[in-house]
Amino acid sequence: MAAGVAAWLPFARAAAIGWMPVANLPMPVAPTEKSKRQDELIILNVSGRRFQTWRNTLDRYPDTLLGSSEKEFFYNEETKEYFFDRDPDVFRSVLNFYRTGKLHYPRYECISSYDEELAFFGIVPEIIGDCCYEEYKDRKRENAERLMDDQEDNKDAKLPNMTFRETMWRAFENPHTSTMALVFYYVTGFFIAVSVITNVVETVPCGSAPNQKEVPCGERYTVAFFCMDTACVMIFTVEYLMRLFAAPSRYRFMRSVMSIIDVVAILPYYIGLVMTDNEDVSGAFVTLRVFRVFRIFKFSRHSQGLRILGYTLKSCASELGFLLFSLTMAIIIFATVMFYAEKGSSSSKFTSIPASFWYTIVTMTTLGYGDMVPKTIAGKIFGSICSLSGVLVIALPVPVIVSNFSRIYHQNQRADKRRAQKKARLARIRISKTGSSNAFLHSKRNGLFNEALELTSSTEEEQRLSKSTSLLESQHHHLLHCLEKTTNHEFVDEQYYQQSYLDAGLQNYPSRSPSLSSQDGMTGTCCTRRSKKHHTPLPNASAATHMQPLTHTHTHQQGLQELSTIHIQPLSTSRSSLNMRVDEPAPLNCQSSQITTAIISIPTPPVTTPEGDAHLPAGPAHQNVVKVSAL
Amino acid sequence: GKDPNPIGQTEGSKWQKPRLSRKSLMKCCLVKWIIASTTQQGPGKDSSDSDLELSMVRHQPEGLEQLQAQTQFTRKELQSLYRGFKNECPSGLVDEETFKTIYSQFFPQGDATTYAHFLFNAFDMDRNGSIRFEDFVLGLSVLLRGSVTEKLRWAFNLYDINKDGYITKEEMLAIMTSIYDMMGRCTLPSVRDDSPFEHVEKFFQKMDRNRDGVVTIDEFIETCQKDESIMASMQLFENVI
Repeated sequence: MAAGVAAWLPFARAAAIGWMPVANLPMPVAPTEKSKRQDELIILNVSGRRFQTWRNTLDRYPDTLLGSSEKEFFYNEETKEYFFDRDPDVFRSVLNFYRTGKLHYPRYECISSYDEELAFFGIVPEIIGDCCYEEYKDRKRENAERLMDDQEDNKDAKLPNMTFRETMWRAFENPHTSTMALVFYYVTGFFIAVSVITNVVETVPCGSAPNQKEVPCGERYTVAFFCMDTACVMIFTVEYLMRLFAAPSRYRFMRSVMSIIDVVAILPYYIGLVMTDNEDVSGAFVTLRVFRVFRIFKFSRHSQGLRILGYTLKSCASELGFLLFSLTMAIIIFATVMFYAEKGSSSSKFTSIPASFWYTIVTMTTLGYGDMVPKTIAGKIFGSICSLSGVLVIALPVPVIVSNFSRIYHQNQRADKRRAQKKARLARIRISKTGSSNAFLHSKRNGLFNEALELTSSTEEEQRLSKSTSLLESQHHHLLHCLEKTTNHEFVDEQYYQQSYLDAGLQNYPSRSPSLSSQDGMTGTCCTRRSKKHHTPLPNASAATHMQPLTHTHTHQQGLQELSTIHIQPLSTSRSSLNMRVDEPAPLNCQSSQITTAIISIPTPPVTTPEGDAHLPAGPAHQNVVKVSAL
Repeated sequence: GKDPNPIGQTEGSKWQKPRLSRKSLMKCCLVKWIIASTTQQGPGKDSSDSDLELSMVRHQPEGLEQLQAQTQFTRKELQSLYRGFKNECPSGLVDEETFKTIYSQFFPQGDATTYAHFLFNAFDMDRNGSIRFEDFVLGLSVLLRGSVTEKLRWAFNLYDINKDGYITKEEMLAIMTSIYDMMGRCTLPSVRDDSPFEHVEKFFQKMDRNRDGVVTIDEFIETCQKDESIMASMQLFENVI
């Protein structure tokens, strides 16, 4: 429940009088305030700055430091105030949270100091309001990245007992780790450069024999170039195999872009070795040699900048695609126009629309080779329009694309973040909602146990257990309990409902009477009386099996049961929903927590499910339960 | 951290083209002069003042002494009530939507809006669409500090939707449906479609003495006074404040 809404709880409870005349069942007892004090001002002295607020304001969130009795540790007897030796500026936000129910993140505040203060006062940062949440998350992410960078720098210190394989992989990925890695790095870089230069020089015409035409160097010094190529490919193959060996996940490595580039770079050589000197395939072989130029991409391992460029191109592919599309549209339009305009003139180079494409592209990009020029007047007019619009179409969007790219990129990031946050936000809201209803369901059991205890007048246990819910929560639960009584139906949580629905469908029982535990609310929870109620509506021994669907499927079937008892969930389940951690509902929804009544036989200790035991730390409580129910 | 938007401003600070609205036209001196010279009326400055009336509607409650006289709360209780009220509704008035939102938060599993609507009408005594602090406190005074008869009268007023002095079956069915709506879907046993109807039948069997199909205030009070559990439950919320 939100803080401000807590102020309306008395109103909601008073309005519940409207249900009373229509209720057929008696109402449960209202929780009483043990010590009804007048609301008083308390002084919080934070490093000398005094804040004052009502005690009730702080009591709204009993899970936090200020809302619980933990603040008594900070009480200063002489000055009658609570002294905290913390940052007063951040405390302002903390106190406003109690007042308004919304936690704000001040932008000028350092994120780690803010987090520390929140942790000190026991406030979960997830409840930061929507207005400040994005800023908070951004700062937090930047901080985390910074920490990660710091960590990576430290990671370079060699960790002991790394396998040879791991060492090799680290050496490959990060050449600065060891001298060997550095040497390897430079050697491979050198050979890539050599290979690329070889490919280039191969085609340069070297000096010619006197009465022969110019031959490219590749054909003149075939053997030398072949040796060079072999050497380079040897090195690349060895490198690839070593990387493959060292990779932690070979399958993932083989799928990565860099390894594909490696493979493509060395494959033509091997294919060329395998293929014979056949006339038919030599044409294909020549094209394969083109792929040797891919070796230059191997440099991207050596250059961070190339990698970033590749990544940005990949990420703004949609924008580039749109640019291309709009250019294509313009080209087609102008090419068509030019073609039809020049159709009339004789010896026109504009033989077809695709032929005009070339003219359009050359004109629009303001290249203007002059190999195709319009001759008709209409052609010249449209040609000039084409070149003018070319300036606009090409030159303008480029900076816009660049800035667009930057803006759209960030916007997309933010939209995705917001969408992801929205899901998380809705999940949080849902969790808090189910949390509050779960809290009610559990404290209902608590409340019944309390009433049982009241009858047996074991006051210390009652006090111990009643401390687990704050007064506010117990009042809220009492309100929900009254509603249940009015309508003669019970709240259950989602999983239970579906389970019992299924079971009801399967076993075809008549309409289930409301859980017997709730009937016992007012009219006595003494176990003997309850067992009497057991037997009247369900006289046969299938009473046991009736209870089964309500309980965990692992509980033992205990044959003839005479008593039922209630398992108590420990304090953690009845926390104020807003401060509930995200992982808490998981144990709440766990089936063991849905045990409302478990059936035990008297002499043996209580039988619980294994999960139940794991989740309930209050072992002795079980023993007490046995004692109570053994009346 | 770095500015996430290095290129442009966010949408909020984009330069807006000045719109040619009536308001900006009126501000133009030339226009004013033309209008003033053509219309021979006296200086009626109503047109510009009407904009000022759109300021937030605010309500200040009556003084503490008057409220103390009208209700049965002590001064401190009234202070604490007002602080809570004002915290949630700074303007001093609760409209129906806010009321529904607040009330729904107490019943997360079901839909409390219909019942909240009926409650709103029960509290909003002068039927002007918003609850002032006086209405709020007067209602609470009856509910928490009133006699049993007064409380029963209040409940009758709640059930009587059209405030004609009779509760018909349709009105009761509407109320009952709204109460069952608050339970939500996940209940045990699950709420059937005719559960409210059955409940209404039971209610009428108990309350409608002369079997004329409506329940009058006297029948209602008389029957409730005879029912012990209802009388007991009326005292339930004595020490809420």
